[in-house]
Amino acid sequence: MSFRVHVRVMPRDGLLDPQGQAVEHALSALGFAEAGGVRVGRAIELSISAPSRGDAEARVRQMCDKLLANPVTEDYLLEVEEG
Amino acid sequence: MLQVAVVRFPGSNCDFDSLRAVERVGAHGYFVWHRDTHLQGADVVILPGGFSYGDYLRSGAIARFSPIMQAVQRHAAEGGPVLGICNGFQILCEAHLLPGALLRNAGLTFVSKPVDVIVERTSTGFTSAYAAGARLRLPVAHGDGRFVASDDTLRLLEAEGRVVLRYVESAAGSPLQPNPNGSAHHIAGICNPAGTVVGIMPHPERAADPLLGSSDGLGFFTSLAALQPKATTSTAQGR
Repeated sequence: MSFRVHVRVMPRDGLLDPQGQAVEHALSALGFAEAGGVRVGRAIELSISAPSRGDAEARVRQMCDKLLANPVTEDYLLEVEEG
Repeated sequence: MLQVAVVRFPGSNCDFDSLRAVERVGAHGYFVWHRDTHLQGADVVILPGGFSYGDYLRSGAIARFSPIMQAVQRHAAEGGPVLGICNGFQILCEAHLLPGALLRNAGLTFVSKPVDVIVERTSTGFTSAYAAGARLRLPVAHGDGRFVASDDTLRLLEAEGRVVLRYVESAAGSPLQPNPNGSAHHIAGICNPAGTVVGIMPHPERAADPLLGSSDGLGFFTSLAALQPKATTSTAQGR
């Protein structure tokens, strides 16, 4: 089966996120002062063939642990869809 | 003669500066390419500064998986000295040869300026020529220089005396910006427990000759030149 996997990599909570802060300031300056808690991460999409959804997710977790995310500073979320 | 391999990745840009500094202290320096699989008998390895693989994904994240890095890992595991400068420091962290990570500067801007640092650990392969507490003025040039690590790791680094370089705090009287990137504990460089693997953000190779305006960084290279060459026959001889 083939799957499309969406990986969301975010800076770990509690770590200073200067990009998020800068974007928040810019939003405020543009009249969106109600926006808060802005954080900037990274989105990665990939296709993968695997026997099952669980296998696809397990394989992509290995990719995240090894390369796509830095375990010291980042957390990641996966979303797996068929197709 | 001491053999010093300077690893070149696509995007390395301090490779020649590093090589020149090595030659200046009388060691034999040579380049190895990121696709190479062995270090040609290197006694010492330098990972120079630059923007390997365009800093894609994270600084150093792709370089870490270069074929040559397996040889660097083996060299380090056998106690061989490795110096990572700037991007080289980032690669050493990504390769887990040093703990922690280097993130975007707190001020978000690329900083390229001289900074004052204190040499805190002299029992390493690259700082033995300095007196403990020596103050150096070295250039930094980086966008991702903010050292972060877990509280446990920071405590361990401090307890084991593994902070090699620390940015001078303003209270200490430096006229320069005290901590250019928001680094934890004002850390500018660290080492492994044995002091054989060292990673630093400042560029000593850019301050290793009076012609460059400063020789403050030359001590990193006179330190490595004092290391003992391996007794084995080297395939790098005659290159």
